[in-house]
Amino acid sequence: MFPSPASEASYNSPNYLNAEKGVRSWLTTLDHKRIAVMYLGLVVAAFALGGFFAMLIRIELLTPGPTIMDAMTYNRMFTLHGVIMIFLFMIPAIPGVFGNFFLPLMLGAEDVAFPRINLFTVYLYLIGAAIAVWGMIQGGTDTGWTFYTPYSTTTVTTVAPVLLGAFILGMSSILTGVNFIVTIHTLRAPGLTWMRLPLFVWAIYATSIIQVLATPVLGMTLLLVAVEKAFGFGIFDPARGGDPILFQHLFWFYSHPAVYIMVLPAMAVVSEVVQAFARKNIFGYKAVAFSSLGIAFVGFFVWGHHLFTSGQSTFASGVFGVLSMFVGIFTAVKVFNWTATLYKGAIHVAAPFIYFLGFLYFLMFGGLTGIALSTVSLDVHWQDTYFVVAHFHFIMVGATIMAFLAGLHYWWPKMFGRMYSERWALAAAVLVILGFNATFIPQFLLGNMGMPRRYYSYPEQFWPLNVASTAGASLLAFGFIIVLVYLIVSLVSGRVAGPNPWGSRGYEWNTPSPPNVLNFPETPIITRGAHEYQDAPAGEVTHAS
Amino acid sequence: MQAEAAGTPNLAHHFPSLEQQEHAARMGMWLFLSTEILLFTVLFTAYAVYRFLFPVGFEDASKLAHVAMGATNTVVLITSSLTVALAIYYARQGESRKTVALLAITIAFGAVFMVLKGFEYYHHFVEGQLPGKYYHFEGLQGPGVSMYFTLYFLMTGLHGIHVLIGMGVLAWVAARAARGDFSRSYSTPVELGGLYWHLVDLIWIFLFPLLYLL
Repeated sequence: MFPSPASEASYNSPNYLNAEKGVRSWLTTLDHKRIAVMYLGLVVAAFALGGFFAMLIRIELLTPGPTIMDAMTYNRMFTLHGVIMIFLFMIPAIPGVFGNFFLPLMLGAEDVAFPRINLFTVYLYLIGAAIAVWGMIQGGTDTGWTFYTPYSTTTVTTVAPVLLGAFILGMSSILTGVNFIVTIHTLRAPGLTWMRLPLFVWAIYATSIIQVLATPVLGMTLLLVAVEKAFGFGIFDPARGGDPILFQHLFWFYSHPAVYIMVLPAMAVVSEVVQAFARKNIFGYKAVAFSSLGIAFVGFFVWGHHLFTSGQSTFASGVFGVLSMFVGIFTAVKVFNWTATLYKGAIHVAAPFIYFLGFLYFLMFGGLTGIALSTVSLDVHWQDTYFVVAHFHFIMVGATIMAFLAGLHYWWPKMFGRMYSERWALAAAVLVILGFNATFIPQFLLGNMGMPRRYYSYPEQFWPLNVASTAGASLLAFGFIIVLVYLIVSLVSGRVAGPNPWGSRGYEWNTPSPPNVLNFPETPIITRGAHEYQDAPAGEVTHAS
Repeated sequence: MQAEAAGTPNLAHHFPSLEQQEHAARMGMWLFLSTEILLFTVLFTAYAVYRFLFPVGFEDASKLAHVAMGATNTVVLITSSLTVALAIYYARQGESRKTVALLAITIAFGAVFMVLKGFEYYHHFVEGQLPGKYYHFEGLQGPGVSMYFTLYFLMTGLHGIHVLIGMGVLAWVAARAARGDFSRSYSTPVELGGLYWHLVDLIWIFLFPLLYLL
């Protein structure tokens, strides 16, 4: 049923990768596909760096008391881990890589609306990352990635460069969002109506709205903290009439929607993957499309659930708790529709599909603990314990990593024209999923037992579970290394994939692999929705134009 | 698509027509302006919160603001919005010389605004009416007074930076107009620069009553 076109297919040459040669041609490129590849390199490097600090944290927690570092170093480590993973990996990863590469391909366009701004976002990312990492080396921030006042304005460590770096990274994120929204509005191919848009596009659209509307608030808030730290203007300083809780409100007004900046693109990817590997179009297209917008909308009204123990009124807490549960409703709509898509599908079990299943599991488990946490009375017990850490790692990291890897394995042949070792991919997928569980399930238990987060030491009764968590983290790291190795091997010696190795009917597969510089030989005319498999003969590759 | 693009200057290869490209540029600008407004929203929110916490301190402190200069500046900026709108009008007519002249007048208004703002800052500075811990004005002490000046300087300072950026943008647009880049069929940059200038004006229209009159 699934053709293996490798025998007759040959590597598409010339293509966007070899059209121009030299480092300079990459650094000045306006091609959305090359920009996506640059983002891929950058976010993978950031992920490796953040993962390295995560391993240091886990090693420190291997034994009660000091293991390899003192308390201050530990504080810097978890701040580094958080800042790098959130601002340098999770937020730009899927939009920067898959959004840039596939949005124009799915719209039948030659590029995004503003290619120069697109390249500019890469440089903003680099500058922001450089400033933040430089600040980390200079003095090392010990505030955690949340920069809570008044601690962040009074600590002896260097906070300002990290804040400035995050501000610049925010500008990069805003411009990407603006670019994508305008692209979706103005560059759809003839015949591509809103109701024919691939679901990836809908979810990226919802993500972009959040990026545009929430990120400026974070940017300004972080600048205020930097000004306060540098000049003592007193804006969040209670000694001068300032209100530190105001900071928390402003911070979470961005930073809660920001978790949907991370998870909506994940939903975007799996909506494509599930259709391609169940060989069936989505069950309930409109429900899945509009629930993305629903999450984006409701996401703006839930930030108060981070302030349940900060002295917010009980009434406000109750309202924010209930609103938070609405997110669960929209998410459940998606989960049911993805599951119903599998029903009577012709399921092809390959690495992307395994990651899809992993995604569903982490989203469900993480999401349900999120509903529990949005219940005020339960949250008071769990606030600032490892239960919260495990919860957001499951839903934010677990789900997003699963989707990132699903997308990477699904679209790898399209991006680079070569296949990877399927056996190694399956083995690594199982390892990553097991490792992730082994890392964070002990943390759920630890949190419920009352172990607080952000301490480098703990009483002896928490020892066994911490050892289990560190062991799991090692397994996870090992899994990621395997993925990295076989993907690099595939670039060099993988067998040629051909235009459509999965037999997918997504619009982006109507191009050679790797695609040409201008994507489509002529503007495609869309006559069907993406992933309509009913009328497609097995293995058929359609050209819309 | 390619052939058409080759025949039309100013049209990027990935747009099918000039109208669509203009539509995209305008939409991108409006989205960008919304992010600018949200940037200021943080400060407006902080203003609302602290005004609520310190109603008397804010009322007393706002009497120290120089209403005459602030009002003059309001008139200056609103007039400059008129001149920039006229510049867009003449750019669309293809009258480059009038466009350049009107843009220059707009930039001059911006400069007048900044100079007046500088005088205001100077007076506050001399009197010791400064943000946070630097506040040392003997004539008015009390809770919330220094917070008013924290917000006063942050809000007008951020706005002032925007005025300077706006002047830079308009100068760049004027230089392009003088070079003859614009015609009846293509004047998008003038319009986008004008939109930005209107935003700068609009924010001031909110800042003026909040900081000087209330």
